Amino acid sequence: MEEVAQNIETQEYFINMGPQHPSTHGVLRLMLTLDGEIIKKVQPHLGYIHRSIEKMCEKDSYQQVVHLTDRMDYLGCHINNEAVCLTVEKGLELEVPDRVKVIRTIISELTRLSSHQLWWGVMGMDLGAITTFLYGFRDREMITDIFEETCGARLTMNYNVPGGLMFDIHPNFQNRTKQFLEHFKKKLPEYDKLLTGNVIFTERTKGIGYLSKEDAISYGVTGPSARASGFSCDVRKKNPYSAYDRVDFKEILFTEGDCFARYQARIAEMWESMKIIEQLIDNIPEGEYKAKTKAVIKLPPGEYYQRVETPRGELGVYIISDNKKNPYRVKFRSPGFSNLSALDKMARGFKIADLVAIMSTLDLVIPDIDR
Amino acid sequence: MTNEDLKQKILTIVPSADFTDPVYEFLNVTILPADLRKLAEQLNSDPDLSFDYMFCLTGVDWVTHMMVVYHLYSTKNDHTVVMKVKIDDRGNPEVETLCDIWKTAEFHEREAYDLFGIKFLNHPDLRRIFLEDDWVGYPMRKDYVDEVNIVEL
Repeated sequence: MEEVAQNIETQEYFINMGPQHPSTHGVLRLMLTLDGEIIKKVQPHLGYIHRSIEKMCEKDSYQQVVHLTDRMDYLGCHINNEAVCLTVEKGLELEVPDRVKVIRTIISELTRLSSHQLWWGVMGMDLGAITTFLYGFRDREMITDIFEETCGARLTMNYNVPGGLMFDIHPNFQNRTKQFLEHFKKKLPEYDKLLTGNVIFTERTKGIGYLSKEDAISYGVTGPSARASGFSCDVRKKNPYSAYDRVDFKEILFTEGDCFARYQARIAEMWESMKIIEQLIDNIPEGEYKAKTKAVIKLPPGEYYQRVETPRGELGVYIISDNKKNPYRVKFRSPGFSNLSALDKMARGFKIADLVAIMSTLDLVIPDIDR
Repeated sequence: MTNEDLKQKILTIVPSADFTDPVYEFLNVTILPADLRKLAEQLNSDPDLSFDYMFCLTGVDWVTHMMVVYHLYSTKNDHTVVMKVKIDDRGNPEVETLCDIWKTAEFHEREAYDLFGIKFLNHPDLRRIFLEDDWVGYPMRKDYVDEVNIVEL
């Protein structure tokens, strides 16, 4: 059989995957070079929803910049907002109250949980299991409700402002968060039962889309995708911000570097996120929910860089200020953009169906890539 | 390595390196395009430095000149440096590519080319990454005017 395959003359050809393909989770076009069903090359074509957020920021005040960032990675909106707020606070040398730090950490971890829940649901659906989609959304709904009560929106939420929070937490916040944790602790093992031990699922993910540690570093892959390859890059551990220096949690590291390891890394991260919230939810310090800031914020001339850990990896905010009320230059180093650049490396030699699994475990959010 | 050690080490590689930018958080070094390849290769391969992770690459239009800013971090030695390349020819800025040293630079350089018009010489695939191929001008430049797509408030 192999002999026959060797003697047949084959011809490479191109197909377009996307921009309207369901497994790209947004408008991303991949130009695939194929030999039969084997992928020879993947060329991503981006920019279908490029809004030039960085250009818009140059015309906006610092308070307005915050509201543009949750349109980038809409599943990690609170963490994106926090990143800009932390950068501005760094420039102002402003120390936010303890209460703010703790609430921000809880909100960030809830955001990570809801993002990973959605990822888990969608990943299962990509690989042919519709049940996971319903389960993931069922549990995510509880977090969305908590957010809706506290900040008034269900998507593109805004809660962080430079100096603190927009308003104090809702009186129900602590109770409902605890209820959610109790609920989700029982449900997360179900996730394992449905997918982790599932033969069809493991066959489609184990050994697929290998990324070595060296490549992960060189391509700038971060987040759970990189930690599954053994690249220790958790910003919460390396450069703790908000209240991460006072909580106890593990940095999840795997060494396999395949789709299954990336899957396991995210599941394990959900347990760690719950651990962080549990440590803080009963210990929110009393005090102000916002430090005093001027109505017009002007950063001293200089350059400020702040990184945070979003559900997808390291988000960097680079602000250059020239002492005006709007920034001179803002750069968002989005995690998805760098993670996507490794896709070609990971997918070569695998089949089209494997590409779907690889993209799912990279957890791409297209607005985050295009900005 | 401390910032002072890094500074001395970089000065041995590129004697003309400029450290006048204040240290906000990371050490800033400004060089000319001609020294870029030499410094970048040494930063990556020298075991004392071994900057293996480029976490940000971006362009900045300073109106009088163009600048490419590279944020580099070493996972082995846990130190950071910000390398800035000052390009005087703002009309036609050109600089050598670094995407063979740090692979993440390939996409980031395409972005800087797309939005700032900075040409990265020897880049394997230098095309616009976000905008259409027939787009005229480079939107992130300070003198870019677009009366149709940019709404001034």
